[in-house]
Amino acid sequence: MATETLTLGKALNTGLRRALENDPKVVIMGEDVGKLGGVFRITDGLQKDFGDQRVIDTPLAESGIIGTAVGLAIRGFRPVCEIQFDGFVYPAYDQIVSQVAKMHYRSQGKVRIPMVIRIPFGGGIGAVEHHSESPEAYFAHTAGLKVVSCANPQDAYVMIQQAIASDDPIVFLEPKRRYWEKGPVDLDAPIVDAYPLHAARVARPGTDATVLAYGPMVRTALDAATAAAEDGRELEVIDLRTISPLDLTAAYESVRRTGRCVVVHEAPGNLGLGSEIAARITEECFYSLESPVLRVTGFDTPYPAARVEEEYLPDLDRVLDAVDRTFGW
Amino acid sequence: MAKGDPGAATRSKRAAPRTRRAAATGEPELVQLLTPEGERIESALGPDGTEYRVDFTDEEYRGLYRDLVLVRKLDAEATALQRQGELGLWASLLGQEAAQVGSGRALRTQDMAFPTYREHGVLYCRGIDPIMPLGLFRGVDQGGWDPNEFKFNMYTIVIGAQTLHATGYAMGVAMDGKTGGEDGEAVIAYFGDGATSQGDVNESFVWASVFNAPLVFFCQNNQYAISEPLERQTRVPLYRRAGGFGFPGVRVDGNDVLASYAVTRHALDNARNGQGPSLIEAYTYRMGAHTTSDDPTRYRIASEVEAWQAKDPIARMKAFLTKQKIADESFFTAVDEQARTESVHLRERVLAMPDPQPVTMFDHVYPNGSPELDEQRARFTQYMESFEGSAH
Repeated sequence: MATETLTLGKALNTGLRRALENDPKVVIMGEDVGKLGGVFRITDGLQKDFGDQRVIDTPLAESGIIGTAVGLAIRGFRPVCEIQFDGFVYPAYDQIVSQVAKMHYRSQGKVRIPMVIRIPFGGGIGAVEHHSESPEAYFAHTAGLKVVSCANPQDAYVMIQQAIASDDPIVFLEPKRRYWEKGPVDLDAPIVDAYPLHAARVARPGTDATVLAYGPMVRTALDAATAAAEDGRELEVIDLRTISPLDLTAAYESVRRTGRCVVVHEAPGNLGLGSEIAARITEECFYSLESPVLRVTGFDTPYPAARVEEEYLPDLDRVLDAVDRTFGW
Repeated sequence: MAKGDPGAATRSKRAAPRTRRAAATGEPELVQLLTPEGERIESALGPDGTEYRVDFTDEEYRGLYRDLVLVRKLDAEATALQRQGELGLWASLLGQEAAQVGSGRALRTQDMAFPTYREHGVLYCRGIDPIMPLGLFRGVDQGGWDPNEFKFNMYTIVIGAQTLHATGYAMGVAMDGKTGGEDGEAVIAYFGDGATSQGDVNESFVWASVFNAPLVFFCQNNQYAISEPLERQTRVPLYRRAGGFGFPGVRVDGNDVLASYAVTRHALDNARNGQGPSLIEAYTYRMGAHTTSDDPTRYRIASEVEAWQAKDPIARMKAFLTKQKIADESFFTAVDEQARTESVHLRERVLAMPDPQPVTMFDHVYPNGSPELDEQRARFTQYMESFEGSAH
């Protein structure tokens, strides 16, 4: 089997299958995850092979999904909840931020909630409203939750299994516009030896400026780096992978070399992850910086109608524009 | 006389019937096995024809009375401690002792309970040290007992959230194959009349129903959600909500410890036997304030409180024990003395509770820790140590 070429979606599906095989306490629950295999087919075929007690079609209520998963977790299960779309997670917000996130803390470590909340997030697929949002900051702001996002099929396959194996409650953000992008996946490598879940990784080395991204924007940043290279400028792209806790070790090291940093995300800029990252890099790399840390983000508007989302979303040109500005400072 | 109450005055004029039947039409009657005057009713029929009865030994009757008195006394001590500034807040259960002791004693060892923040009586029945919730209300912790050890989860303050946890847990019981026999496990979810308006509670009704979860929804209808009367939450008796979700509901006299026990035990046993969820509405009254921060004189009248005073759960049990010669004055005196001793002991231990070390606020945020948090903890520790030896 070894290495296969899979889409990111299929890599997630395969990772979920592995998790179900490896631990009988793992259960998948959500809307349409059973026969249909989920609206994006990420759970395709799993109910058929593992039964409707392991892959549970739930009633249509997000708070109910997360709230009952809390009870299952207290009972000793490891629930993997699917929220169908980013914009549908808010009815579950209390259960996530007040119950899931705080249970271990309140109980002084006596109760663990080893839950994964999978959310397809972000725009770029021409969807109607509430189907293209980037809610990561809400969850990253909440103590007790960890938040990660995968950017390629290999990470999708590994990270979903690591998240399920972790006793921390984890919001797992899936870059839905990248579900169909293909890449090599090593299916044989043991998960225990894999690159750590809560660690950033250099996706492309470079010397002139540092670009930080996660999830769907990693591809955009890499495309920008390719284009910049044609102009003789080498961008170092770092895939943050973990949004909470942030791992900026590689970013600090990079910025100390390049002196320039651009953070990219789809979510609105105001009080977004980019703000926190810029603040930390400023604190840690103050004397190395040749320009302020710049942010390339969605605008501070509601997610717009699909026909203008290309203008809303950061793209290659906006990333390059920001890089140019760091050089012109 | 509150709407829906069976009318104690009417009943006391005639001989207590052997079996009471809930009315088929109009306002339903309560399942009641002990009248406010302390008369025993041998059995009572629920709306679906279920016959409820209890068969306690004299010792068990005395035990229930002891529970009621102890729970009330400890609760009063906590209220006093709050008034003296030793607790930040207290949510008194005064008036609801029978609903809590009755349902709490109906739980079998293997059953799991999911409380709100007022279930001090159930907590007591589960064998948890009654000082535990006082730590929460004193502000030295956020609840210290082990939910799995005592089969009693942490208090939940966000209204109704725990009903979903109970439902998921009950689904897990079924998935573990622990239903279908006498030794099966059942789960009970506590909530109040106000919570019945919450989305989470209604979602838990849906979930429990379609998954046939071994769960008892135990609603203590104490007539008020802080200041809002029941009429602001519902236009139908709460127990009838169950019908719309596809499982049985029953209203019990929540000031009658025997009926509360009988109804809960029956519902739990049905659940453990694989017959799915049910809803119990324990019709009772919050004699005190919502919490010590509340002033109920702003929203309810004294005559209403007096009417409920006449239905006191402890007085009726005492009257019953006395009339039936199950207990005498020396027993009542001994129970009062035990309650006094335990409350004094509780007080002493509360006053001796140390404040936690500030740095412990960083503990247990994540099972696997967080490097970010480790760094914050280290900086905080360093900062605090910078004061040592200073004039500060």
